[in-house]
Amino acid sequence: MTFKVRIIPCLDVKDGRVVKGVQFVDLIDAGDPVEAAKAYDAAGADELTFLDITASSDDRRTMFDVVTRTAEACFMPLTVGGGVRTVEDIRALLVSGADKVSINTAAVNDRAFVGRAADKFGNQCIVVAIDAKRVSAAGEADRWEIFTHGGRKPTGIDAVAYAREVVGLGAGEILLTSMDRDGTKSGFDLALTRAVADAVPVPVIASGGVGTLDHFVDGVAQGGATGVLAASVFHFGTFTIGEVKRHMQAAGLPIRMDGITG
Amino acid sequence: MSVAIVDYGSGNLHSAQKACERMARERGLNVPVLVTADPDSVRRADRIVLPGVGAFADCKAGLAGVPGMIEALTEAVRGRGRPFLGICVGMQLMAGRGLEKDTTAGLGWVPGDIDLIRPADPALKIPHMGWNTLNVTRDHPVLAGIPTGPDGLHAYFVHSYHLTATADDVVLAEADYGSRVTAMIARDTMVGTQFHPEKSQTLGLSLIGNFLEWRP
Repeated sequence: MTFKVRIIPCLDVKDGRVVKGVQFVDLIDAGDPVEAAKAYDAAGADELTFLDITASSDDRRTMFDVVTRTAEACFMPLTVGGGVRTVEDIRALLVSGADKVSINTAAVNDRAFVGRAADKFGNQCIVVAIDAKRVSAAGEADRWEIFTHGGRKPTGIDAVAYAREVVGLGAGEILLTSMDRDGTKSGFDLALTRAVADAVPVPVIASGGVGTLDHFVDGVAQGGATGVLAASVFHFGTFTIGEVKRHMQAAGLPIRMDGITG
Repeated sequence: MSVAIVDYGSGNLHSAQKACERMARERGLNVPVLVTADPDSVRRADRIVLPGVGAFADCKAGLAGVPGMIEALTEAVRGRGRPFLGICVGMQLMAGRGLEKDTTAGLGWVPGDIDLIRPADPALKIPHMGWNTLNVTRDHPVLAGIPTGPDGLHAYFVHSYHLTATADDVVLAEADYGSRVTAMIARDTMVGTQFHPEKSQTLGLSLIGNFLEWRP
């Protein structure tokens, strides 16, 4: 097989602590992102994503420290996003040990930032995170718009056209979250995922809405994603990484089974 | 004994350093791991690691921008046969030239060009970002004890370019990404990995441990 689907747990981190905690294993400190990262590393995750939701930019150093400590303990790919606004933010995260940095609002506000970041650090480490909501009415052709501020603020920007634009500027990967599906456990927005995956030559990671094992399969088989990201189903122990991988493999998808036991 | 990780303003030196330190500890080796931009430290080191991320031309310019570094590397690796590990663009720099954007001269330690990967299947995404198994063409001490082949362990790749048009005896391992991708090279006291061993969990850590123990 020529490529393996990536299974990516995402940890929301606030002030250096995991929001809600990770409950699937007996961690000494369920709120420590480094402990959680080590558990996912051991469980056979293909990458990790940290999303820094710290409100104040004064506390960014805490995140750099979390990334540094994670990179010392986990020898696997790490993407960090949340509040990335400047080339200096990106440099600090990469130097701390992140492999990729995801840019969200800053790219919406200033498209050229994506180009500057990619020129400086290479396309391969620049992820653009897109939060999209369906805005077409029933019966109309599918249309999705970018929303910022956790899905509260519409921008009027077409999500598919925006994906094409940021990839043209140098984004090496798209992290695509359906704000309609996020937290609903009703599955990825497959039409959205397919529309973006077909529009860009770079990898697309599907996010938002996973509730069942089949949802993971659908994101790849129907949505055309090359990776699937989930948070709560992993943190709450609904599924282990191994269960997801075995299910996807049984469905005929190419999966890396290194480190998956039992 | 010491390991020098060459710091020329490119990439994730922290992970490479921590991976080397961890494997030195696990293998019971007393090896200080130094991240350095000082050519004399590179000259004195017993082993050298050259990382690199980003564009070929930028990395070459970064390396050339450290006065005396290319001379120190060439003397230590090609002159005195110090074991050398190039990672990602650090491996690509070993080649004759890079064809990314403009044509840029490499170090010329192995023949070949760094050219775009061209998967036969247009649905395959570029950059190639993810995990692949290794098809190894011959035995090598840095691969000792590592399960390879289609049922073996996976290595983590993030790249759009790879080594082509090289000598057959340079290629140590390939990956299949819709076409043959050069995954590892080896010649004399040098090895290079297109993938990131410092991000490849068990496979990568074992490889780094083997490199630290390698006595070519």
